[in-house]
Amino acid sequence: MGSASGTPAAPASPTGRTAPVRPGPRRRVAAALHRHAGVRLSLLLSAPLAWLGVAYLGALAALFVTAFWSTDSFTGDLVRTFTWANFHDVVTIEVYRTVALRSLGVAAAVTLIDMVIAFPMAFAMAKVASPRAQRWLVIAVLTPLWASYLVKAYAWRVMLSSDGLLGWGYGLTATVLTLSYLWLPYMILPIYAGLERLPDSLLDAAGDLGARGWRTFRTVVWPLTFPAIVAGSVFTFSLSLGDYIAVKIVGGKSQLIGNVVYDNIGAANNLPFAAAVATIPVVIMLVYLAAVRRTGALENL
Amino acid sequence: MFSVMPDQNVAVRLRGLRKSFGAVEAVAGVDLDIADGEFFAMLGPSGSGKTTVLRMIAGFESPTAGTVELGGRDVTGLAPFERDVNTVFQDYALFPHMSVLENVEYGLRVKKVGRAERRGRAVEALRSVRLPGFEKRRPAQLSGGQRQRVALARALVNRPRVLLLDEPLGALDLKLREEMQVELKEIQRRAGITFLFVTHDQGEALTMSDRIAVFDQGRVEQVGTPAEVYERPSTPFVAGFVGTSNLISGEAARTVLGKDGTFSVRPEKLRLLLDMEAPVGDGDHSATGTVAEVVYAGAATRFVVDLDAGGRLIVLQQNLDVSSMDVTALRGGRVRLAWNRRHEFAIAS
Repeated sequence: MGSASGTPAAPASPTGRTAPVRPGPRRRVAAALHRHAGVRLSLLLSAPLAWLGVAYLGALAALFVTAFWSTDSFTGDLVRTFTWANFHDVVTIEVYRTVALRSLGVAAAVTLIDMVIAFPMAFAMAKVASPRAQRWLVIAVLTPLWASYLVKAYAWRVMLSSDGLLGWGYGLTATVLTLSYLWLPYMILPIYAGLERLPDSLLDAAGDLGARGWRTFRTVVWPLTFPAIVAGSVFTFSLSLGDYIAVKIVGGKSQLIGNVVYDNIGAANNLPFAAAVATIPVVIMLVYLAAVRRTGALENL
Repeated sequence: MFSVMPDQNVAVRLRGLRKSFGAVEAVAGVDLDIADGEFFAMLGPSGSGKTTVLRMIAGFESPTAGTVELGGRDVTGLAPFERDVNTVFQDYALFPHMSVLENVEYGLRVKKVGRAERRGRAVEALRSVRLPGFEKRRPAQLSGGQRQRVALARALVNRPRVLLLDEPLGALDLKLREEMQVELKEIQRRAGITFLFVTHDQGEALTMSDRIAVFDQGRVEQVGTPAEVYERPSTPFVAGFVGTSNLISGEAARTVLGKDGTFSVRPEKLRLLLDMEAPVGDGDHSATGTVAEVVYAGAATRFVVDLDAGGRLIVLQQNLDVSSMDVTALRGGRVRLAWNRRHEFAIAS
């Protein structure tokens, strides 16, 4: 077997043993990252965190600071001195309270309507439909999201106009209807996901133990999908609370918070006051999120 | 295929039961009579239709054809909540948002049983599955074995006529499974309820049941006591699925047994002789061969023997006074197998 020269077939170092190969720089970096999970995580997150911090929180902070300034009533220039005046006006002037409460009512109505429509729809998708029909239904729910917001809002305007298909005219009801339509997919999808996670055997078990449909819904399905429903409501509620375009298109004379903000930035040229009004939905949403946090809904977003 | 019993003793009666899912026929005509108080197993590989039969008895699926009777009453068209059966689900299906006590009380609450009685029966049911003191826990805080017991208590507390169990021990580890086999049997005896359980584990079916129905491809292949099914399998499928398939057929059957057909001999009935010339008893058959494989398994050893006459037999020998070293040396060696004729059975093929 041994060859005449006495050396093995494979090339080797003169000592006859292969020396340990020193890994290249890329391997060494990879190995170092593998050992230090903290470094790895911060490298991954640094860019998105910077974006979130500067672009998003920064803008919000700037808005909040602006709310404590005012404008010179003659020149229209910003006056950068601290004042509570904007917040004082928002709280004390009747019309802003009315608009805030109306916006809250619209957001609540839209959320409620969407819940009532979305639940049976999501249930049919997750538990009743065949896998094939299920795919089609998901597509059907998603498709309206691909169409432009404006197109959909104007479609409702046409339908609601006095000589349109519905002919109900414009106003608060029209706003609620249009917004309910616009945000419905955002309610269906979380509930659908929640129902998908609910094992079928739990429904069987309830029936097996004697419960009829309604009781099974009340004691098993509802409590277990409640977090998903709340997750959907966070979308419908916050999107409705901040909307002003649909209101402009179908809302007639009833304005919402968004319109007040918009008019103060544009026509009235009062950015500080607009900023103060804009904090209302932010505060409402913070209160809402704090309230739903206890339900575990935020893990469902 | 089935024995006819007097009506009053029949807990479950299935006649011509069929179920198709689209083009797939999951259950292709099943007739079964299950007696009151029986511990009955439906045994078969996955996809053999046994679980679908169970679900049709529970009412979760409606049959394409055929009838389901419970205690002499036709329940074919009834919803699950109208049937006097309860189910222990494979994944236990405990309600995760309720405590153990609320889970067990659920069926009684639905039936509007008064608070005091409800509480008493639920606590008693938990004691009977050896889980006293667990009332306030959530299912997530329990181990797999404990969840299984809660599922059992939740079903038993309703005192159903028949308890359906879908692979009840499938999710447990081996040791716990063996413990629960004994315990389930005990619980069934005490409760006096008909247990109808589905399993793919032949060992489980043989240990626990009074009778077994072996399923294959949506049909019942054989119904019988564990001993009947094991010792006298009526089809090659049963011979192979329950225990180890040890078939002698064709040329080998003619040479060794002197007759035509397919015959089955269980591995533990075969004796392994090292002396090729040793005389065998009057009632014995014998065959020579070569040891192809030796598998040492602690208490016993399995020998795979290729017969000179063709075919292959598995031999199971107790390790009475041999060790792993002794038996593995037999690999490749010449041996002679002998068995009593009583232990060979003709199988319809």
